[in-house]
Amino acid sequence: MKKEENSKGNRYGMVIDLDKCTGCGLCTVACASENNISVLYDESDKTRNIAWLQIYTITNGKDFPDTEVVYIPRPCMQCDNPPCVSVCPPTATRKDPNTGIISQIYSRCVGCRYCMAACPYHARSFNWFDPSFPEGMDRYLSPEVSPRMRGVVEKCTFCHHRLMRARSKAYAEGRRELKEDEYIPACAEACPTQAISFGDLNNPEHQVSQLIKSPHAFRLLERLGTEPKVYYLSAKNWVRRMADNYLAGELS
Amino acid sequence: MDLALIPNGVQRCSLKRFVPWMVLWIALISWGLVSAFLCFFKGLNQTNMNHYFAFGLWIVFDLSIIALGAGAFFTGFLTHIIGEVFIYPFRDNLKAVVNAAVVIGFICYSSAIAMLGVDVGQPLRAWFIFWHANVHSMLTEVSFCITAYLGVLTIEYLPLVFSNRKLREIPEIDIFGNNLHHIIALFAAVGTFLSFFHQGSLGGMFGVLFGRPFAFREGFLIWPWTFFLFIHSSIAAGPSFTLLCVWIAQKVTGKELITRDVFNLLAKISGWLLATYIVLKIVDTIAWAYGVVPRAGMSFMDFYQGSYGIWLIIAEIGIFGIIPAIILITPKFRERNDLLIIGALMNVIGIVLDRFVFSIQTLSIPVMPFDKFMSYFPSWQEWGIAIGAIGYGILLFSLSYRYLPLFPQEAEMNPVQVLGRAVTDSGVIKRS
Amino acid sequence: MFPFCFEWAWDVGHIIFMGLLYMVLGAISLGLLYAFVMTWLKVTGRDKLFERLWIRFPITLW
Repeated sequence: MKKEENSKGNRYGMVIDLDKCTGCGLCTVACASENNISVLYDESDKTRNIAWLQIYTITNGKDFPDTEVVYIPRPCMQCDNPPCVSVCPPTATRKDPNTGIISQIYSRCVGCRYCMAACPYHARSFNWFDPSFPEGMDRYLSPEVSPRMRGVVEKCTFCHHRLMRARSKAYAEGRRELKEDEYIPACAEACPTQAISFGDLNNPEHQVSQLIKSPHAFRLLERLGTEPKVYYLSAKNWVRRMADNYLAGELS
Repeated sequence: MDLALIPNGVQRCSLKRFVPWMVLWIALISWGLVSAFLCFFKGLNQTNMNHYFAFGLWIVFDLSIIALGAGAFFTGFLTHIIGEVFIYPFRDNLKAVVNAAVVIGFICYSSAIAMLGVDVGQPLRAWFIFWHANVHSMLTEVSFCITAYLGVLTIEYLPLVFSNRKLREIPEIDIFGNNLHHIIALFAAVGTFLSFFHQGSLGGMFGVLFGRPFAFREGFLIWPWTFFLFIHSSIAAGPSFTLLCVWIAQKVTGKELITRDVFNLLAKISGWLLATYIVLKIVDTIAWAYGVVPRAGMSFMDFYQGSYGIWLIIAEIGIFGIIPAIILITPKFRERNDLLIIGALMNVIGIVLDRFVFSIQTLSIPVMPFDKFMSYFPSWQEWGIAIGAIGYGILLFSLSYRYLPLFPQEAEMNPVQVLGRAVTDSGVIKRS
Repeated sequence: MFPFCFEWAWDVGHIIFMGLLYMVLGAISLGLLYAFVMTWLKVTGRDKLFERLWIRFPITLW
């Protein structure tokens, strides 16, 4: 593979305002139904269920009445320097140079799970079981997203099929560029508090590229050098500090 | 019944005793086969692996047996390359053990590949790794090298199989075996090249994980330091493992199979390699603790929590590293039988611990500060496949010992006292 | 693995990795071929040619 840079193309990214997030979980529901995510017999087993978008709960560790709780929705970080892509033996995962989105080719994945070992965000899920959909639910499956078979790894694709759909529409109308609101993943669309913004980080007119300049913006585990394209916003210092590891005495 | 197959000039137990011995190991293999069937039929939910522990017992086992199987390529390299052109005593002494080393290597690599076949979620697509190879992945390098090296090991094993008494009676097979054996140095050289690279890339697999500060290492060009440390540790442990296997074979058969000075030489090679490895490993650990770790914002003790505590590093480097190195490099110690075996065994345990630490502990450590420490224990199906592989190894080694001239010194060291039907032609036939 | 697979690129990574791989596979194949040819020569009684082709490896290289 050639070194692929996308400084000129689109660089889709997400900004999640944690101060607005109520932890309602609607984003995860929207994600699951949009992307044909299968359901385990025992969905309470969170170490084996399929979750492209998972919500972590963090607290400031203080006693009542100073306790604060914040929810961190965690989709795939769609890293600019992805640790998972270079390790995949059959080239089943790849960074699109034109969008910056990390794809996963399910029909090529051999299920070695090396990418899961490489990802520090646990953004990848392996299909330990045959995919199953409770009766009735199979009728809601989306024809735009291929369901995954047992034994392969899957992950958030920033609802890539929505990008394809939006592009087809734009091309039909004779446009090469998408408008800001034409391509939005299901989670961002579903969020009732509009905590999730989405757009092209390379486009200065898009809201996300302005939001990431905020002093309250941060990313998860920035020190590792993975360069995630999912940013978070929080006015709370302890939340920002919780996003990465710091040595005692270090300032965030 | 099988007397005609038994090599000339040596004595073997009766088939009546050998069959129950085999049944025991076949039982273990059956456990492995049942487990493998369940994993293929029902999927990897039969294991206790999960999203956190994407690698489990099988990967630890694979890494370990591949490291221990390094005795094959390294003994071959010392005998056929270094021994032929530089240091003649290597050739003369190690010839006694090189056949056994090849069989052990073959067992290790074939069982490792079989286990990997169960470990991948889509075994039928395993060839995609070759066809759609991503040349930047360490795992691609591992896959290519271990597959090619298993081929080389098969070629190295063949002349031995062809030297079976009955097979030698077929002239074509005898000549072909001789011709293969004649250019064995070529295969030993290729095997050495392949082995160096895949032992290294197995280490590189973990060293390149920059998202996992516990495993990540800096390095030289594209190779992290773990690449070189894994090569070094495997050639340190390989001869010790060969030594142990031969010693166990001696105990089981009640015969001396190789002379004591061959044991000594193996221990000496293993010991000096282990000693230099441990020094480099300590340097690497210190450099990591003061480099990678603080840069990731973590402290050394962050990595040693829960069931995978600080005892692991003490055990790996101190108890099962420094102590066996001292035992094996000190002539006074390694000349004592008990210390020799303890030293070799501790060396092997140390390397297995190292592989365990890199594959399991790496995954157990939370990198996101709000994530939690995890631990893992394999299911009976996972144990089944690992133990089945051990059963297969012992079975194949026993069959090779019984029917092939595995130890060239055996006939000389154990002259047959009672002439039975097995030794009617008492001359020892050696392959020229 | 082959230049006609679409992931293939004529870059340093592929040339070094695949170059070494094919060299290794070539060496193994040549070795096997040599053993087969020598066997065939011997079996069919072409002893003279057999003697001429008999190489001492690795001493020859040394």
